[in-house]
Amino acid sequence: MALIINGREYAFEGDPRTTLLDFLRRDCDLTGTKKGCDHGQCGACTVLVNGQRINSCLTLAVMHDGESVTTIEGLGTIDDLHPLQAAFVKHDGYQCGYCTPGQICSAKAMLEEAANNWPSFVSENLSGETRLTPDEIRERMSGNLCRCGAYSNIVDAIVEVMEREQ
Amino acid sequence: MKPFEYNRANDLDHAARLTSDGARPIAGGTNLLDLMKLEIETPDALVDINRVPLGGIEPDGDELRIGALVTNSACAADERIRRDYPVLARAILAGATFQLRNKATTAGNLCQRTRCYYFYNTEMPCNKREPGSGCSAIGGFNRIHAVLGASDACIATYPGDMAVALCALNATVEIATAEGHTRSVPVRAFHRLPDDAPERDNVLEPGEVITAVVLPAPPGGKHVYRKVRDRSSYAFALVSIAAVVRMDGGAIASAALAFGGLAHKPWHDERVDALLVGEVPSDALFDKAADLLLDGAQGHGTNDFKIPMARRTLKAVLREVTGDAE
Repeated sequence: MALIINGREYAFEGDPRTTLLDFLRRDCDLTGTKKGCDHGQCGACTVLVNGQRINSCLTLAVMHDGESVTTIEGLGTIDDLHPLQAAFVKHDGYQCGYCTPGQICSAKAMLEEAANNWPSFVSENLSGETRLTPDEIRERMSGNLCRCGAYSNIVDAIVEVMEREQ
Repeated sequence: MKPFEYNRANDLDHAARLTSDGARPIAGGTNLLDLMKLEIETPDALVDINRVPLGGIEPDGDELRIGALVTNSACAADERIRRDYPVLARAILAGATFQLRNKATTAGNLCQRTRCYYFYNTEMPCNKREPGSGCSAIGGFNRIHAVLGASDACIATYPGDMAVALCALNATVEIATAEGHTRSVPVRAFHRLPDDAPERDNVLEPGEVITAVVLPAPPGGKHVYRKVRDRSSYAFALVSIAAVVRMDGGAIASAALAFGGLAHKPWHDERVDALLVGEVPSDALFDKAADLLLDGAQGHGTNDFKIPMARRTLKAVLREVTGDAE
């Protein structure tokens, strides 16, 4: 069996206990995805599977045979940053940077969810178009903790990318 | 994590054969894998049911059938759910995070286990984790614990939000039995009180697999889900209430209320619903409803505050749901 990670095929054969997170970091040498709590509470391990953001620590690699995974390494390069990466740099959306890959993967998926008009807990109206106010962004990013507390700059970075995309 | 045998099922028969042999079904895995890492759950075998065709939200007459594998995200984003069952969309969105809801499934969410601190702490006695070992929450820290329907063996709460809304909506759980039959259980009767067997959270028998949750015809009326918690996002309920209330000419024509955070199961008390029907809303009426709900409520020390909190929350929800304001 194999997973398609950032467009490239990686064979998986091993202990079924291997989480997707450990497979990425240990077996694929894709260490951009971070292990924080390893229990789905901090969001540092957020990656996209078939376009949707998930906690890679709470799923087994063996369950994703044939599926498409995007990690931070698949979003941009040092010479060609993803717009979210550039905006995080510009707005200082981090201090230590450990949560940043998860924040950026999460933000990418969040912008798509909002474009599909998925509501959130703070949406006043369940129908109609989603408007990503700062309150909406904070609620939708609540699965990504930043122990340094760079939250306000993270919101600013996301707002900039969102406004440019509109 | 303890070693386990992993198998993937491609259809329900295959899954049922494996679960009959003792394999635990895994779908989203967000709760099960967490518990397996902590060795609170130690299944010898897992059957991955993600490729069993149990997805999709389909109408069945006036009813709406939500497949067991529909993710919480997909359910809350579904236009029919948002329009006809907003209490369900609201309850789902009140729980967890987008990342978790993208994996968590309808059936798995129903089966999630308590977040009792002592259930999670394998150094401490817990009758739910290790039957007969004792309950550390009784006489311990029990801020998040039950005030209704608890037993001397266990005062844990059911932690979820979705099931509270499903209780108010009087939805039904569709279950495939190990013998290949189908049985239906109202959500209101799916979760158990702890009694003397707190290791059993619900009425699922060994080998059974949930195949769907069926919503009855849209109930109309006003829908409210209110959740009181320690932070405004990504936290479990201290008290939550799902309310579906229809008004007619200034009086309450129908009422269905369910409560989270108070008991070992999503709490539904038909006496509370019945008390409200036919009455004109008033604070005195809402107090009577709270008296009835909390008759017999018992705090255990650090969770005593839940009793007045449940009363205040109920009154606030009833004011909102019976008021004219949209």
